[in-house]
Amino acid sequence: MKSLALSFGAGGLFAIGLGVSGMTKPAKVTGFLDLFGAWDASLAFVMVGAIAIYFVAHRLILRRSRPLFDTRFHLPTRKDLDARLLIGAAIFGVGWGLGGYCPGPGLVSAATGALPALAFVISMAVGMKLEHALSRRLAREREARGGLAGDTLGSPR
Amino acid sequence: MHDFSPLAALFGGSLIGLAAAIFLFAHGRICGISGLVGGLLRRNTDVPWVRAAFLGGLLAGGLVLGFAAPALFDTSWTPSVTLAIPAGLLVGFGTQLGNGCTSGHGVCGISRLSVRSLVATGVFMVAGFVTVFLARHTFGGGP
Repeated sequence: MKSLALSFGAGGLFAIGLGVSGMTKPAKVTGFLDLFGAWDASLAFVMVGAIAIYFVAHRLILRRSRPLFDTRFHLPTRKDLDARLLIGAAIFGVGWGLGGYCPGPGLVSAATGALPALAFVISMAVGMKLEHALSRRLAREREARGGLAGDTLGSPR
Repeated sequence: MHDFSPLAALFGGSLIGLAAAIFLFAHGRICGISGLVGGLLRRNTDVPWVRAAFLGGLLAGGLVLGFAAPALFDTSWTPSVTLAIPAGLLVGFGTQLGNGCTSGHGVCGISRLSVRSLVATGVFMVAGFVTVFLARHTFGGGP
């Protein structure tokens, strides 16, 4: 129960951070992405603040042998750049620029009952399910072909 | 209008970093919103309750902020529902295909000096710049 309470608290703090920093204002996000217009650089400072804290905290925390409520750390180890990563990031960027919401601020704003944010979050869940279905299908097809290489889109995560 | 607000951004950003650090300290995982949500939408995901609790906290935080500080949401522009739907579809699909979003790649990954996250963040930033450029300065109107 303690572990879930801490997780819940971290989520709440994350939401407050998003709100205070301006990430829950789509106008501010698109203002940051409008490099060739009246550019508002504020969101770069959100990244700087978040990375400054996490950069140090991450290194201190990983000195421990294990996290508080788990037997080991579960961190990504991949270093390769594949088509999935590049195409996925590009598609995400287009959606981010269109709506001014990335997943966190979308959820936080949806909790206020704002209709565009609710529509965003519901369609985001649909988009996620679509990707899961497509990945499963590509993986099956690859397996059916004998697992031959060449189809990077179907590679396992 | 939306004015330059570096101090609020820096302070809010550090709260985000702190929350992500607490999550790492407690659960030993990357605090990436799209990854946490996406996992809940799969069958047989790991630590579903940890994910649900974090996202519950995120939503509760939004609910409280909505009452306590509505100005944080009140903006000169929000997307219409007809724009929010394709935006959401692209964000959902793209973050799952690319294994992360602004938090997982942009904050946690860059802090870990992950090459994949550095590249992904560069790509989604540029894609965002180009999208807003086309919407605002080419087709007129838009965001």
